[in-house]
Formats: sequence, structure tokens, C-alpha cells
Amino acid sequence: MKTEQKRAEMIKEISGVNPLKCMKCGKCSASCPSYNEMDIKPHQFVSYVINEDIESLAESKSLWKCLSCFACVERCPRDVKPGKLIDAARQIVVRERGRNYLLADEIPELVDPDTPQQLLVSALRRYRR
Amino acid sequence: MQRIGVFVCHCGTNIAATVDVKKVAEMALHEPGVVHAEDYAYMCSEAGQELIHKAIKEKHLTGLVVCSCSPRMHETTFRNAAEKAGLNPYMVEIANIREHCSWIHKDIEEATEKAVILMRAAIAKVNLDAPLKPGESHVTKRALVIGGGIAGIQTALDIAEAGYPVDIVEKTPSIGGRMSQLDKTFPTLDCSSCILTPKMGEVNAHPNINIYTYSEVESVSGFVGDFTVEIRRKARSVDMDKCTGCGVCQDKCPSKKTPSEFNRGLGTRSAIYTPFAQAVPNVPVIDRDACIKFKTGKCGICSKVCLAGAIDYDQTDEIVTEKYGAIVVATGFDMIKLDKYDEYAYSQSKDVITSLELERIMNAAGPTGGHLERLSDGKAPKEIVFIQCVGSRCADDRGKSYCSKVCCMYTAKHAMLIRDKYPDVNVTVFYIDVRTPGKNFDEFYRRAVEEYGVNYIKGQVGKVIPQPDGKLLVQGADLLDNKQILKEADMVVLAAAIEPNPDVRKIATMLTASIDTNNFLTEAHAKLRPVESPTAGIFLSGVCQGPKDIPETVSQAGAAAVKAIGLLAKDKLLTNPCTAQSDELLCNGCSQCANVCPYGAITYENKEVNDHGIREIRRLAVVNDALCQGCGACTVTCPSGAMDLQGFSNRQILAEVDAICR
Repeated sequence: MKTEQKRAEMIKEISGVNPLKCMKCGKCSASCPSYNEMDIKPHQFVSYVINEDIESLAESKSLWKCLSCFACVERCPRDVKPGKLIDAARQIVVRERGRNYLLADEIPELVDPDTPQQLLVSALRRYRR
Repeated sequence: MQRIGVFVCHCGTNIAATVDVKKVAEMALHEPGVVHAEDYAYMCSEAGQELIHKAIKEKHLTGLVVCSCSPRMHETTFRNAAEKAGLNPYMVEIANIREHCSWIHKDIEEATEKAVILMRAAIAKVNLDAPLKPGESHVTKRALVIGGGIAGIQTALDIAEAGYPVDIVEKTPSIGGRMSQLDKTFPTLDCSSCILTPKMGEVNAHPNINIYTYSEVESVSGFVGDFTVEIRRKARSVDMDKCTGCGVCQDKCPSKKTPSEFNRGLGTRSAIYTPFAQAVPNVPVIDRDACIKFKTGKCGICSKVCLAGAIDYDQTDEIVTEKYGAIVVATGFDMIKLDKYDEYAYSQSKDVITSLELERIMNAAGPTGGHLERLSDGKAPKEIVFIQCVGSRCADDRGKSYCSKVCCMYTAKHAMLIRDKYPDVNVTVFYIDVRTPGKNFDEFYRRAVEEYGVNYIKGQVGKVIPQPDGKLLVQGADLLDNKQILKEADMVVLAAAIEPNPDVRKIATMLTASIDTNNFLTEAHAKLRPVESPTAGIFLSGVCQGPKDIPETVSQAGAAAVKAIGLLAKDKLLTNPCTAQSDELLCNGCSQCANVCPYGAITYENKEVNDHGIREIRRLAVVNDALCQGCGACTVTCPSGAMDLQGFSNRQILAEVDAICR
């Protein structure tokens, strides 16, 4: 299997999401509070995974601009839940760095000073294992 | 010993591509009783049936096994073919090697093995088959239509025109249904009432049609051609024969605060009311939950002002029992409840409304007299946003999985009508896809865009946020411009999904008509029998079968009527001879079979039996052949093995199992 294909499979496995269920309604992008900060928009994320262009996702700003507010997860009518895909892409990037976690020292560098504290709490809750 | 012929169908490549049909035919010749076996491309074709005919004659066959598609598809075809060649039609068995075998397997070897096993089971059954003769049952030449919307109205009119009496049972005080609530209809924009009310009048005046409004079906028993239905006529508290429909009682009624069902709760009505001015029949009912007389015992104004003396506070519910040959279900639809879609602020703002509510607002007889205004402050809106697919096409548990089909068109209609009457109002439609299959439908939608300047945006709305100044902030996506949009609107209209009337579940259970997970009634065949329920004698009309617009509903209503007429035109129906029979010597009179029988076909009689020389009176189960539908519930319940089903005897089923396990 090609690397990109593998990475796409991995994203689907981690997120438990079938991106083919997407009907391209755009409700995720309509709901997203960080929409304007993102280079790849939430609804585009889904087709990037379908088209197995994971490198673009890995390099995108969006990965770190997602607030994990789960508005898209809550409102997606097709059970695609782009927030989960973004989450999984983040996990992949972290894993590929050779570790399954961030060192405490690395966090300040990645954190935008404007990042809401809610995101940090959410991240800690998710990555505590 | 039977002389059995086995016929293996290729069904083109449907079967032959996965099953080695030659081998199946060859294997058949090794089975006991088989004297003839052959395969052919299309057994159901004229030429295929000719092969069967020839083999029966030449080889003196006494039984047939056809290895083909599901018996639901062609059992009747092959039974008829056998009968034509002089064979009893119940000496034919079908081995389903298509749906049960070739369609679900990929490996030829495996599929062929399974096809042989299925064929072997059928041969084992034919070996024990005995000729059966169907009985006859009579047809009551009267039809029942459940639901008095446009679907029920059209079906009733068509049946009545053919000369058969029809009863319509309608739950609400008037016929008319959803169509009576609509303002205009797409794609021609005729006024809905103007085209509906003449039909309602026609129904009312038709000598063959009898309308039971404010009534519900209470119970159904019997079977095709001979249904017995109990109808509950709810107490109207108004004598239908005396009332002249003058309307004074409604004007004088002091209890006027009840939300009007007809206006979707946007206006109020009196406790004694007709739902709308053109109601048929034009006789009010008293809503006993709202009536002061019924609540406190004091009032009685309506009785005092009624010159005809029609008010009757002592009326009680009445049960009418009637016999019918055919029943048409036309129970229609409602919009889904929006309590799971709080992101659109439907419960928070009066200015977020559903499309059906907008119909009432646009209607001259509606709560605002036809003026487009905000329900919160009565101001004229300048910016209106429509949101499509609210609760339709959903894969989650909030909405419906299907497309509601009518929303794209009625939204284009609303948008166009608003732009036409109020050119200074901006109209924006957020859509996912615009679906306009239908005659002149796409042209209609294009007119909304090109001539009326309706702003269509491809994308959904994430949320609607009511602002302190009463405006509605709409946050949506424009997927083509790749932008997130924030738009201030005065009014938001939600194209909420439609769903079958919730009562249909209860009715389907009474009729033993099958229903799908979305509560739509199931057709006997999705393509070839779309207006019939799999339950004989039950027909489907309108949205109870699936989402559809008015022209489609009217066409289907006519089709359902034709099917019902076809049934009513018959004098006799052949009954299914595969009924249960009780062995008098084995029956111990325990009543368990009568308890499980869903058709009430089993009764008990005291009969004299001769049990090996001992004569005595015993309490025994007796099956009424006319009522028995051959479901077999009694045969598996009977603890002493006395019950047996003709054509599906316990011995035959065990022989099939033995053949499969061999």
C-alpha cells in the first residue's frame, strides 16, 4: 500500500469515520468558529481524506486551528463528523514524529497566544493516555 | 410414487453466471421420483412454459420443481402453466436459486452445491405433495378509504365513479388534508383551495360516497373481499342532520384561545369550530377539552344561539360496523418536529418558521390575512433566509434518511411568490442540491433564479442566532466561494422533512400491512405493484407510501382506485387452499391454537369421535377455511401435533430438512 493510502486508512481507523457518507452539504464549515483561520476548510478535509491527499492535511494550518469545539461533530447530518477526522490527522502527525505524545516543553511553542483555554483543556482530556 | 420433472432456469445470467445450471439439472436425475430434468434460459417465458407443458404431457409428470427466482415472483406463473397442462397447480414447488443463492454468492462451486441442495429439498416436498383445491369466498362490493386528504378524495371519487359505494374515514372534523392548508401549488401557481374545494364538494355530493369525519378506524378483521371494520365516530356534540352550518355558534363561543390546528398553531380558534371556512361537511365539532360547558358545566351559549337546535352535549362516541371488500390507506403526512434542531432557533424565535407555517402566513385566510409579516412584531421582513433539507437526508438519529422530495419545489415557489409580491424583500436560499425532476419543474426553479432574482447559495446553515434587536443572525457556508457567511435576516424559513402520519403504524398493525423503518407503508413490489400492499385487498394512496407531490399523489390515488375496482368487480375470489386442519384423534382441546390464531379462524366444538372403537364426545378445534390464511402459527403451537397445514405439512417440512442435511 502506498504511504498516502496507508495514512488515509489510518485516519479512517482512528476516527471511526467513513468519509464517503458525506453529502457535501457544508454544515461543518457553516458551523465552524475557526473557519476564517483555516486554510483547508472543515468540509474540504473530508474530500482530502477521500482523495488520500494526507500530506496537504499534515502541512495545513487547519490542523492546529481546530478548536475541538465539536460543533461540526454535533451538527453533521451524515455522521461524518469532520472534527474527528481533523483529530485523527493530528494524531497521525504526532505519531509520525516518533512519539505518541507531546512533551510538555513543546506545547508553548505550538500554542497560539490567542488559543482559548478550552482547547487546551480539551486536548489534555483527549491525549491524557 | 410421484413422477417429477425438474426445470432449472438460467434467468439470463442472473442465475447461470453463478450456478452451474447444467450440473443442477443433471444432479436432479439422481433424486427419487425424478423422471425428467432440463435447463433453459428463461423458464418464465412463453417458450419456457411450453417446455414445461410438453414434458408434463410426454412424461406423464405428476409433480414439478422449478429452480428459479423467488416464488413471490413467478410461483403463480408456473402454477398456471402446470394447470394448463392438466396438473394440479399445488403440485408445483419452487426452489429459489436466485435470491437465496446466485445473487448472494460469488463462488460457482459453492453456489452450485447450494442450488442442488435447495432443489433436493423441493423435490422431497413434491414427493409428499397432494393435489389441493381452492375454495371460493365472496366479495363485499364496498370500499373503505382511510384518510380524507387529496389522496383519499381522489381514490374515493374514482371508485365511486365506477359505481361502487365508498366510505371515507377522516380523523379531523373536515376532509381536505394538507392540501387545504397550502396557499399556492407548484409549478403552475394555482390557488390550492380553488382546485381542491370543488373536489371536496363533489365527494360530499356523490351518491356513492359516504364521509365519516371526526372518526377513526377502531378495528379491522376478516380478509380480502370480506373485511369487517369498526369505525369510531367521535362525539361531535353537534347533530349533523340538524346543523345548517350558519356559523353563529362559532362567533358567539366565548372560549376562543385554543391554537388552531389548521393554522399550525399560529392563530386561535373557538371551542366549537370547523377547521376552515370551506370545511366539508360544514358542521362544527365541540372540542370538549376547550369547551367551558364541558369543563365547568356553565355556559351553553352555542346551544342558546343555535336556531336549528343542533347542539347536543350528551352525544357519545358511536361505533359503526361495516363490511368492505377493499381498503385503501391514504393517511398522508405531517412535518417532523424540530425540537432536535435547536441550532436553527425554531423554539427560541417566533420568526423562525416552517414552510407549512409560511403557507398559512401567505394565505389570505391565514393568521395574518395573507400579509407577509414577522410573527414577533408584525413588521414586514426585508431579508428572508430559506434553509433546505432540515431533517431530510440525515444519517444521524435526528432526522430522516430519505429526501422529502417536495421541499426544493415549494421553496422555489415561496421565494418566487415573495419576490413577486414584495420586490424589495431579499430572498436567500441555502441549498445542498436543488432537485427538480418533474414536468416543468426545473424551468420553474430557474425562473426563481433568473427572473425573480432569488439568491441561491450552495451550502448549509450552521446556526441561527437571535439578536437582541429581534434580527436573526444566520451563519452559513458558501461552498462555491469557499466562504463562511454571516447574514442578518428578519425571517428564517425551515424546509422541515415530511414524515408519514404517526397514526399509520396503528392502522398498519390493524390491517397486517407491512411498514418500513420510516413508517412508510411497503408496496407489494417496488416497481411492478407500487400501489398494493403485500396484504391482499389493501391498497396504498399518497404519501403514506413515500414522499410525493400533488400530481403524483393524484396519479397514485387513481391507480389505487383502479386496483380496488378490479377487486370489487369480481364476484368470487379463490381462497388459498393451504389452510390448517386439525386431526380429531390427536386434538386434546387445549385452546392454544385458538389463542395464537391472528385471524380468529379457530373455534371449538363438541364433537363425537370414534377413537379406535371408543365413541365419545370431545372438545375439538375446528378451522374455518375461509378465515385461515395458512400462516402456520397453530401448527407450531399445538402440543399434541394435531394441527397440520395443507401444502406445508409437518412431514413435508421435515422431509425438506432431511433432504438438506443429507
